[in-house]
Order: sequence, then C-alpha cells, then structure tokens
Amino acid sequence: MKNYNKLLKDLAPTKFGKVGVIWTISLIVIIIIGIIAYVDQLIKGQVVTNMRDYALWGIYISNFVFFVATSFVGSITVAILRLTHNSWRTPIVRIAEIISLAAIIMAGITIMIDMARPDRLLNLFIHARMQSPITWDVIIIPTYIVLSFLLLYFPLLPDFAILKKHYKEKSPFLSRWYGRLSLKWTGSLSQKTIQIKSIKIIAFMIIPVGIILQTIDAWLFSTTFRIGWDSNNFAPYFITGAFVAGIAALITVIYVVRKIYKLENYITDLHFDKLGKLLALACLTYLYFNINEYLIPVFTAKKGEAIHLDTLFTGHYAILFWFVILVGLVVPILILLFKKGRKPLPMFLVGLTVVIGSWWKRYLIVTPTLLHPFLPIQGVPESWRHYFPSLHEWLITIATLAMALLIITVLIRYLPIIPIQRTADEQELLKIKNTES
Amino acid sequence: MKKNKTNSRRIFLNKGLKLGLATVIGGVGLSKIGSKLNAKPNDSSGEKMELMTTDGNLVKVDSTEVIEIEHSQDYDKKYNVREGFSNRKFVMVVDLAKCKNALKCQISCNKNHYITGDNAWLKIYKMQESKETAPYWLPTACQHCDQPACVTVCPVDATFKRRDGIVLVDNTRCIGCRFCMAACPYSARVFNWKKPEQGDIISDMKMNNQVPSPDHAGLPSIKGTVDKCDFCPHEIKEGKLPHCVTACPNGVFYFGDKYEDSVTNGEETLRFSKLLQDKAGYRLMEGLGTEPSVYYLPPVDRLVDFKDGLEDFTEFQSVVKPE
Repeated sequence: MKNYNKLLKDLAPTKFGKVGVIWTISLIVIIIIGIIAYVDQLIKGQVVTNMRDYALWGIYISNFVFFVATSFVGSITVAILRLTHNSWRTPIVRIAEIISLAAIIMAGITIMIDMARPDRLLNLFIHARMQSPITWDVIIIPTYIVLSFLLLYFPLLPDFAILKKHYKEKSPFLSRWYGRLSLKWTGSLSQKTIQIKSIKIIAFMIIPVGIILQTIDAWLFSTTFRIGWDSNNFAPYFITGAFVAGIAALITVIYVVRKIYKLENYITDLHFDKLGKLLALACLTYLYFNINEYLIPVFTAKKGEAIHLDTLFTGHYAILFWFVILVGLVVPILILLFKKGRKPLPMFLVGLTVVIGSWWKRYLIVTPTLLHPFLPIQGVPESWRHYFPSLHEWLITIATLAMALLIITVLIRYLPIIPIQRTADEQELLKIKNTES
Repeated sequence: MKKNKTNSRRIFLNKGLKLGLATVIGGVGLSKIGSKLNAKPNDSSGEKMELMTTDGNLVKVDSTEVIEIEHSQDYDKKYNVREGFSNRKFVMVVDLAKCKNALKCQISCNKNHYITGDNAWLKIYKMQESKETAPYWLPTACQHCDQPACVTVCPVDATFKRRDGIVLVDNTRCIGCRFCMAACPYSARVFNWKKPEQGDIISDMKMNNQVPSPDHAGLPSIKGTVDKCDFCPHEIKEGKLPHCVTACPNGVFYFGDKYEDSVTNGEETLRFSKLLQDKAGYRLMEGLGTEPSVYYLPPVDRLVDFKDGLEDFTEFQSVVKPE
C-alpha cells in the first residue's frame, strides 16, 4: 500500500512549474499570431503565400504530410508492441497515444488551411466523388482521429477513477471531472472484460487503418503524372517514413517529460535502449526505400527524372537534401548502432534531428517536383519559378506545430502520462514473482 | 443477475431480428403472388395491328398487347451545362508550321475571358526538343482530354467532362484544393490566388447577354478557385468559332466536330481525318494516355522563320494587361 501511494504521488498529474507556465503561454502566443496570419490569408486570399500556379502546393501540404506521418506512432508503438506482447511498452504508450492524437487532429486542420475555399468545406460531403484520393482522405482521417481517441481514452478509465479518489480533497473540481470521465469505473470484473476486449479490438483496427492512412497520403502524390511523384514505391516509402518520424517524435517528447516530471524510475535506460533499436530499424528501412526512390531513376536517367534528381543531388536543393539524408537518417543510424548512442541524452539529440529532418524531407517531396512540370515554365513572372514559404506561411505553419505541442502539453498536464493502474498491476505481479522465487 | 439480464436482452434481440426478417420475406412473397393473381387473363382479341419497328420492319401485333405510352421528353436535345451539346465532339487542330508567335490568339483570349492575372490560359511556348532539332512555337491551352486526369482527382465534381468532349470548371463549387492543377500534365490550369480584378465584367457580360455559367469559363472568376480554357462553348452556341481561332492571322487553329469529320480555321474547311493523315498529326504526351482533343501538325516547311517570333516573346510575362 505504501508502494501504491508513492506510485500515485509520482504519477498523478501535478501543476506546472514556472517553466511549464512560460512554455504554455509562449505556445498560446505563437498560436494567436498564427490565427491572425490565417485570418489575413482568408481575407486577402492565398496571394499572401508564395504559392503560385506552378508551385501550387507548399509547406501547408508538406506540413500536413509531416503530421500524418507523426500520427503513425500510435499504431506502431501502442498497437504493434501490444500485439507482440512487448511488456516494456507500458510507460511509453500513453505518450505515444497523445502524440498520435495531437498529430492527426492537426493534420486535419492543416489540410483545411491549404484549401483556398474553406467556406465550401461541406462540398466535400455534398458532392463527394469516391474516385478522388482527397475523398479517401476525408474518410480515413476522421476514422483515424476516432480510433486514436478511443485508444487513448479506454485505457485511461481505471486511472480516471483513481484520480477521482486522489483529488477528492485536494481539488473537488478536478475530482468531479475525473469522475465524469471515468464513466463510473469501479474495476469490477465485467467492466474489465469489456475494457480489455474493446482495447484489443481497437488495437487490431488501428494497424490497418494507420497503414491505409499513410498509403492514401502517398497516393495523393503518386496518382498524378508528375516526375518525382509518379512512383510505385511511394506508399511503402511513406509508411516507413512515418515509422521514422513517429518514433523520433516519441523519443523527443519522452525525454522532455521524463526530465521535467523526474520519472527516471519509470522510464529507464532500458526503454530508451529499446526505442533506440526500434528507431534504428525504422531508419534502416526508410533508407532502403530512399535508395529505391532516388538511385534507381539515376540508372535509367530519363530526361525529366535526371533534371529533377540533379536539382536534389547537386542543384538548388542539394544542401537541404544531403542534410535530410545524412543528418536526418544516416548519422542517426550510425549513432544508434552503439549501445552508448542509445542512452537518453544522445537519443534525445538523435530524435530531435530526425524529427527536423523528417519535416524538411516532406518539403523536399512536395516542392521540387512541382517546379519541374512537363512543359517548360514560360510566360509567368520570374518569381514563379522558385518557391520558398512567405512570412504568412511560416507563421501559420509554426502555429500549427505549436498547436500540436499545446494539445500534447495540455493532455500531459491533466492525464497521468504513465498508466497508474497498469504500472501498479505490473509491480504487484513482480512482487508476487519475487516472493515466489 | 446482471448476466441474466443481458442474456435475456440478447435473446430478445435475436428473436426480434429473426421475426423481422421473416416478416420482410413473407411480405415480399405475398405481394409477388398478389401481382400474379391480379394479372389479366391473356385472351387475345384476334385483332392484329400492323406496326413498324425502329429498324424499319413491319410486324403484326395483337391489339391488346399495344399500350399507348407518353412521349418521352427528349432530354438529349435539351441543353444542360454539365451534359453539353448532343452528338457533337469538338476537336482542335493546331498547325505548328504556320505559328510565328504573333500572340493574337492569346490577346483575344485574354480580352474575351477577362483574364487579368499573370498567367494566361492560352500560352505559346518556345520549344526545342534537342540541340540538333529545329526550334518551334507551340500554342497550348486546355487539351480537353478524353481521359482527363484533372476530372479524376477532383473531390467535389467541380471540374467535369461533357459528352461533347469539353472539360469545364464549376467555380461556384470548387473548393480550391488545386489537386486538378497538380494532376494536369499540360500545366493548363490557372488559379485565382487573390480577388480577380476583372473591372466592369458584370456590366460587360450583361451587355453581351452572358450569364455566369461554366459555359463561359464560369465568369466572373472567383477568388480561390481554378480557371482554364473553356473551348468557348458560348461561341459555339451561336455558331461561331472560339476566340483564338478567329483571332489568329495565320490560320494556325482549326476547330471542328470529330463526328462531322471537318475542321475549319475560318478560311478553309478541311476533312479532319485526312488532315491528320496527310500531315502526320499527333497529340501532346500521347504516352500518358490522356487522349487529348487537341491535335498538332508538325512544324515542317514553315511559312515564316522561327526567329521572327522572337521579338514578341517575353519570357516572364504572358498577359498583356489592359492599360
């Protein structure tokens, strides 16, 4: 019982310190600036962006792809580790679920920011056409949002009940809300069976749905004729890329949370080691698909492909391209191969560079292709031949990233980031084992 | 106790479902039998009527078998913007041998479609396939493909293909996702990034008795939607040729109906199939399988030297804006 009280004290959500408050306020300020920029975009039209008839998609789309990719972490860590009975996952699953939910919600919002006529959003339902990959996206994204939410919510029920009791005197208001959210959880056998069964079904469902989500995201590009997009490699390429981005984001967030909440006893070096191996696997698979994507076209060197790849390898995008490939992929693999590289701090740095690399990677997938159409770019202002995001685009994009971080922050503030009940159960099991042996 | 309760509910639901299913099947069966019973006995009156079938044969039919039907309204002949003209298939032939980049087509197109943006619908490219081959001028606009990539990817059916071959945009429905622009390999589509400054377009259109409709490229243009060449159905309706065809001083553009197998540039009318045969007509990027409605004749035996067009060529500007 003493143990249990310590557990509760360690894991129950606590108020933010000074740093937490400053962090939250700065996120809110960034978001407000972004909203102002967006309203300006609504009024003036997308002329405030640097997108034009050739670079017709820009960072809104690459940012959307990044969010979709990051949301894959829910399917991977939670569902796959659950189905493969990897019990070390317990302290990290909730954070993974939170990242997943925040990312997929922001993906939905980001794609609407790119729409020039958000006032006609309902047309997507009224006049929906099944043959358009966008309609597939309209179906799969809400599905994934619901599944991610349920996968976060159902395992929370016992913890909500615990927190309701825990806060009864300290904060009646919070206690009431936790009580409502716990849906009258008593921990009875019948409740437990239903809960376990539901979680199992959702964990099963979210894997194919997650894979379909990434695939449709890839098909948005590969269903066109454009050089650099018209590739059969694209769907698995996107799935593995999502694997990389998601796990890297998870590692980064876990490191910060562990540091601030002092959870070294719960999230140990072992967890970082395991996650490091998982990230190394993800990066290696992604590297494999990158080789397929970039080196095989070099072999045949069709004219359009050759021009496209030249701008990436040695041309205008070379610095960014090699940063993404080397710093965002190859160097992390090398670091992660060593046991010392899989300690928390190096892992945090690796995770951060991989996340940044992943973000720019999407930019490199979207932009260069559009600037190499089949017919030459002629008869338009010189500036239309290049693309770099405008101030409005940066402000709005940074605001979407801040909004994702804010969702994560708020959820971390009010939810037990490490499942309390589950950890208690596991410790109980351990004790029983220890006394037996 | 609780378990019992759920169990009895399950049983109730199960029974209810089965009963419902049985009722439905029974109902359908009864109505079938009923309709059989109500059918009139097949007593022929012996009176035969002589009728002509649609393929011109005379047949005799028992008079009781003859039922008068209402004349079906001929929807085929009614004009509908999304259906287009019946029994027509518009095609264009562009004779590259005659083009000298005079730009009159573009100017006329811009004027009549009130294009004030930086990107014209009709563009004349300076082309040269390789160093050794001759340069030439290539006018392009929307190719009005029979397998249009833009229509396939549109999520809201804002861009559509008509049976007369024309691809149009309904800019009151377009959500501005620009997927069609990404899908089009001919870069034919332009976007209204800001509120289009089309001047007195509304009063101008009223004067010309034009109503906003996809037939007239959806004019007036709307902020945040896609525009493109419309093949001028508003001209076709009045028996006229598209603006670019009539404006060209060199007779580069031929427009016509594939079913009539004739195309005209306003001066001469030629047999479409023979023209393509004789002059080795081709289409742009045939390999993509988009099946364009615009055909090109190769730039051979040119009337005017390629260089003559260079004085009109402006690399970074295509739209001559009204002063």
